[in-house]
Amino acid sequence: MQPLFLRGPSVTLRAIILVGLSVVLMIADHRWSHLESMRGAMESYFIHPLRYVINIPVDFIHWSSNSFSFHQELLDENQELKDQRLRAQVSLQKLSILEKENERLRKMLSAQPKVGERVLIAELLSIDMDPYKQQVVLNKGQQHSVYLGQPVIDAWGVMGQVVHRGDFSSTAMLITDPSHAIPVQVNRNGLRSTVFGNGQTDRLELRYIPHNADIEIGDLIITSGLGGRFPPNYPVGRITEIERPAGETFANVIAQPVAHIDRSREVLLVWHNQPEIEVVEIVKEATDND
Amino acid sequence: MTNCYRVVFLSIVVALMLAMMPLPDWAQSFRPDWVTMVLIYWVMALPQQVGVTVAWVSGLLLDVSLGSILGQHAIGLVLVSYLVSLQYQRIRVFSLFQQSIVIFILLIFKQILVLWVNGIVGQAAETWSYFLPSLAGAVIWPWVFTLLRNIRRQNTRSSHI
Repeated sequence: MQPLFLRGPSVTLRAIILVGLSVVLMIADHRWSHLESMRGAMESYFIHPLRYVINIPVDFIHWSSNSFSFHQELLDENQELKDQRLRAQVSLQKLSILEKENERLRKMLSAQPKVGERVLIAELLSIDMDPYKQQVVLNKGQQHSVYLGQPVIDAWGVMGQVVHRGDFSSTAMLITDPSHAIPVQVNRNGLRSTVFGNGQTDRLELRYIPHNADIEIGDLIITSGLGGRFPPNYPVGRITEIERPAGETFANVIAQPVAHIDRSREVLLVWHNQPEIEVVEIVKEATDND
Repeated sequence: MTNCYRVVFLSIVVALMLAMMPLPDWAQSFRPDWVTMVLIYWVMALPQQVGVTVAWVSGLLLDVSLGSILGQHAIGLVLVSYLVSLQYQRIRVFSLFQQSIVIFILLIFKQILVLWVNGIVGQAAETWSYFLPSLAGAVIWPWVFTLLRNIRRQNTRSSHI
């Protein structure tokens, strides 16, 4: 026989204790990152399998659209990719000459040698996160030595950075998230600024730019490498709007991200401050891990 | 009794998956808070077995799966299920329409708690459409309720046999 009434004080007491615990957790999670391992464990052992299951139909659609496409379509795509590869190789030739030249010039100036970067291709899982946060889930995690704060880029520019990681997947915050900031400079003249997200996928804000700063619509914004989190010289965005309101200290500058924030399915995880590796090795590793 | 726990666990897992399921852009702002609705049902139907502790654990899992601050949804779910566990005898005898209204208020209450935490962290949503999920949840509550009731009845019956 079940008791007719709930044990009154015990429910209230439990509720109070759990609310208190939640508050402690929230403060600990927001202020410090002590709870990353706990979050990582829950993500690896419980949430990841669920995400995997959710992703199956999406994967199946991708697989079937590949398997059942027409011969001619595949031929066309193949031809296009070959063309692209040829063009990329031509520019790569030029790049290697420029790199050698740069190295020579640096030696002449006895400047520090450039550090290399290592990349790994990751795929986005089709998972919806908190709709008021700009986050994506990647299919690479601690197993692939992903680290917290790791830069994420796509073929066009900087996308964001890793904020949580599990064993087999990780969560990246996009540069368009309202709580994200990234140190940048204008490619044309090296003017430094910081780019903040504002929650929309096609808008970035450049803050603390004085009225008389030399900045124009169409300028390319690249990472400055200050702060040490993002490697320098990756494109971030292009200036689309400049407003100089008379009463305010700073100009309102809006940029559009060059990365395909809401369209890319494949992204690159970057390890920078690594000894330089030949391009061939990177490509090999990328295909191995794919 | 273990059977009933299994059903509760499975339904919460399904709710978590629905919360993460990719939706087209227009539908995203209408996505009901599945986990909260499922929990409200179980606290209402089985207050002796499902209470604030289950709510807290599923809230933490929801936080991890949505990438929000750990404890944010947990605190909301604990308070909502606490309110339901105080009033479950009253809510049970309501008609489905009256229940929907109560569910709407509970869902709004939870969303305000989440919004409040977001505001403290500095990422509060500033549109009224933030509350659309509660409305959507109240609208589909009769179906959720009927479905979960059928599942519960079937499983408790089979456990008796």
